[in-house]
This record gives sequence, C-alpha cells and structure tokens, in this order.
Amino acid sequence: MHNSPLLRVNNITKRFGGITAVNEITFEIKKGELLGVIGPNGSGKTTLANLITGFVKPTSGTITFHGKDIHSLPPHKRVLLGIARTFQMVKPFYQLAAYKNLIIPLCSQRVKDMEGGKYGERDDIALDLLEEVGFERDSRVAYKPASILPQGYLKRLELAKAIALFPDLIILDELFSGLSLAEVASIIPIIEKLRVQGKAIIMIEHRLKELFRIADRIIVLNFGEKIAEGNADEVMESKAVKNAYLGAETE
Amino acid sequence: MAKRKERIDRGIKVRSDDIFALSSWREMLYLSSPRVLPIVIILFLAIFLSPYWQRVLLSVAVFGILSLSWDMLNQTGMISLGQSLFFGIGAYFAGTMNHYFGWHPFLTIPFAMIAGGLFCTVILMPLVRLRGIYFSMTTLILPIFFERLIEAARIFGGTEGLTGLQSLPYSWLELYLPLLFLLIVLFGFRRFMASDYGLVLKGIHDNDQSVKSSGININIYKAFVLFMASAVGCFAGAFITHVYLFVGMPVFALDYSILPIASSVVGGVGTFAGPVLGAFILVPLSEILRQFGGLRIVFYGMFLVIFIVALPDGIFPYIQRKYQQFERWVEVK
Repeated sequence: MHNSPLLRVNNITKRFGGITAVNEITFEIKKGELLGVIGPNGSGKTTLANLITGFVKPTSGTITFHGKDIHSLPPHKRVLLGIARTFQMVKPFYQLAAYKNLIIPLCSQRVKDMEGGKYGERDDIALDLLEEVGFERDSRVAYKPASILPQGYLKRLELAKAIALFPDLIILDELFSGLSLAEVASIIPIIEKLRVQGKAIIMIEHRLKELFRIADRIIVLNFGEKIAEGNADEVMESKAVKNAYLGAETE
Repeated sequence: MAKRKERIDRGIKVRSDDIFALSSWREMLYLSSPRVLPIVIILFLAIFLSPYWQRVLLSVAVFGILSLSWDMLNQTGMISLGQSLFFGIGAYFAGTMNHYFGWHPFLTIPFAMIAGGLFCTVILMPLVRLRGIYFSMTTLILPIFFERLIEAARIFGGTEGLTGLQSLPYSWLELYLPLLFLLIVLFGFRRFMASDYGLVLKGIHDNDQSVKSSGININIYKAFVLFMASAVGCFAGAFITHVYLFVGMPVFALDYSILPIASSVVGGVGTFAGPVLGAFILVPLSEILRQFGGLRIVFYGMFLVIFIVALPDGIFPYIQRKYQQFERWVEVK
C-alpha cells in the first residue's frame, strides 16, 4: 500500500473542438517524487495541469488521487483533497498586500480542517509562509500591495499560495519562467524541501537544465502525446525527443 | 524656537494599527471623529430641516442604501446595472403582503428583506458564472422583465398598482428608520469587508480562478454577497412602499439603477462611505436644480462630468487622503 501511486492519470484525452490538446496520456506519481513535464510550446503541458486541477474537464479517461476518482470534481474540491497549483501567468490578488494574498487560501476548508481554523492568527501564519519562500522578514516587502511587487516576488508569492494549502501534490506551471539564474537558484532549495516533506511535485518547465538537476523522472509531450518517459539521460537520448525539439533528421 | 510641520497620522497609525495604544485625547479624537461626525450629522440633520428637505433626506437615505448594495456587489466583481430589481422586488413583496393579507409594516419589511433577498439570489445565481459586461447586461434586463410581466399578466394590480397600503405607525420612523438602517449597513459592510471573509470577496474581484485554486467554492461566497446586497436593496423598496402607500410598476424604474451607480462613482467606488457621500451630494443637487426646469438634466449632467473628471477616484478617497496628510506645527528641540 505504501508504494501505491498518489496520483494516477489514466488514458486522459482532451479535445477542444477538432483539436486534440491531450491524447491518451497515462502516468503516475508517488509521494515525495518530483516529476518533470517538458515539451515544445503547444504540446499540451498546461492543459494537462488544468485537467489534473479541474479547470478543464477531460473528454475521456480518469484521474485517481489518493485512490479516489476525481475526474469530475470542480477545482476547489480537488484542492480540499490536497492538490495545489501555481499558474504560469501569475495570478496574485493585486489590490491586497502580499501577505494578505495568503489569507485567501488560509480561509479554505482544507486549512481549517488541518489547523482548526485559527481565526485572527492567519496574518502570522501568512508572514511565516512568506519568509519560507524568501520574503525577507525584516523588510516591508510582505506589506506592499501585490500590484507593485517585481516578478521574482510574485512567483514566490504564487508558490506560497500553493504551499499554504498543505497540499499532498503541487503542480508548478513554469515557475522558473521569467526569473534570473540567481532567483531560480534561490527557489530550488524551497522545492527540494517540499519534496523532503513527502509532497509529490509536478513541474512543468522550459528551463531544462535546472529541471534535470532536481527531477526524479521526466515525461515529454509533443502534440498532446507522451513521447518519452524516464530519467534525464534516458529522455535526452530518446530519438523521438530529439525529433520533437530539433526536427527530424533527413538523410 | 524653530518649528517644522509634522503629519499627525504617522504616530497614531503605528500605535493603533498593531498594538492599540493611544497616547492622548487628541489622538483619540483624530481616530474617532471620521466615524462619529457622520453619525451625528446623519442623525441630527433632520431637526434643522424644513419638511420639504426632510423629504429629500429620506430620498437620500433610500438612494444611499441602494448605493451600498451596489458597492457590495461591485467589490465582489459583480457590476450590477439593475439595482431597481432589488428595489422593485422588495416593494412588491411588502406591498402584496400588506394588500392581500393585511400584514403590518413591521412584518412586511423584514419579510420583504429575507424573502425578497432569497428570491433575487435565486434568480441571479445562474448569472454568477458570467463575468464583467455579460453579468451587467443581464442584470439590466431583469427589472424590465418583471415590469413587463406585471403589465402583461395584470398581476398585483397590473398597470394601476396596489393603492391604499398601510403607513408606518409613527411618522418619525419614516425618516429615522432608513437613516438608522443606512448607518448600520454602512458600518456593518465596512467591518465585514475588513474581515478575512471580506478579503476572499476582494480576491474574487481580482481573480476568481486564483480563489478557486485556493480551495474555495466561490459560488457560495457569491450567493452570500448576492443575498446581502439584495436584502439591503429590498429593504429600501419595502420601506418606500409604506411611505408612498402605493406599489406599482414605477418601482422598477431606471432611476433606481442609475443613481446608485452615479453616487458610487462620484463618491468613490469600493469604499462604502463614498457611495453614501455621493447620494448625499447628488440627490439634493438634483432637487436644487429643479428651479432650472427643463435645463435641470443639462446642469445635472454637467456637474456629474465635472466631479468625475476632477476626482476620478471619487470624493471620499480624496477627503480621506487629505485627512491623513493633515499636518501641524511642532517645535524642534
């Protein structure tokens, strides 16, 4: 039972009209595992994230989480079961101060069940969470409205919003995009720490070098299909992957 | 002795935001006067007014209540163009209960708030999936729909309306009931939006997808806001019914939809105090302009444009900012 997968995606397909965005993809992820998802633009990575989190409904196929079929649940119910995500285009609450952004996930039923709904202490929990993702404790940054924060902080805020939900599975949709090398380097330890805590992590990334360093396993998508799966070396050796990224060789 | 200017609010803000300690009566006064003064003005203004202007004040209160209801919806990202729906439904719920069953106004008004609020919530719930202009357009249609329904089906007195309704038992209630209600809703809504649940509503306004992915069922929150806003709007309609002793199709008039929006925009959207201030400016202004006869709307429109161009954020945020920037001379040691 200990080795049974946390999340299992089984033959999932999503069609938008005539376009098949995701075609019969199957994979699973265990607790404490970091799965990388890569693929060229438009290969269906974000649609896959939306399918797992419930923002789009699958045309066919099933998704089981903690052994329970979730493919027809709305997004907020999946969060209550323990799936959290970040968005590729960050979605902070711009009119609120950075730490107040975290009050909203902290108001969810999942956190109430876990923490006993400590009303009035949410501000403190929020400030602690922000420190965890790299907001300096002594600075005023946490109190500034999200609308004036630079991109690096917004990405960290987005990550903190996901962590605030005590998730078992976190889906990071291009968390590294738009960040400098130094910023990426400072976020990687946070992700490593989450994995050590036993959380399963799915990272959708274009920054392959950084991803390959931390991922246990990679799956590669192209035109909505899974064309390869394995560790970083296996994936890079795969002919199908070379063709997808560099174009097919001609003799 | 050298002197320099110093802002009053800085020290007070630091001491009162986190640790709730004030060091003098002057600080106490600085913090409490923006809250106490409006209450005193609203409650005692009527004593100094002629019966005609007391009538205007009643109108101000009713439009102030409708504006608060509008601003509550707006702060959750639902821009309503149909406040007259709440007003009309409240009026008809109270009017019919009084006319057909002889219920006392003390019974019809709370009933209209709760039942009318639930009724409006149920008919608006299918629309909460719509965003922005799509939600607004459908709210614009609903009051017209009910107006025509009553006309065509000849129900509840049809085009004639229901007349001879019971008045409130004491005449002073006709002025103080809406004024008190206005104050309660104003401070209640402000307190509510400052709570953690209010933050969730502001989050829905900013980005509903992000709230969904925070594990929150936004439909429950939106339903709750719809109920609060429509119950408050229904109160205004139910109350007016027992003042005019009449309920008819005019309760669905466009005025009840447009003026709350104009008040909010002039006063300051998203502050609750702004919309009330807007009603206190626009309703009397419209009365003063009556002497211009046919040109009234021209002047009224001109004032609206001037207000909005000069203070696009609204009057209340401007006053608030100036109050916070208030300076005094202090001696430099």
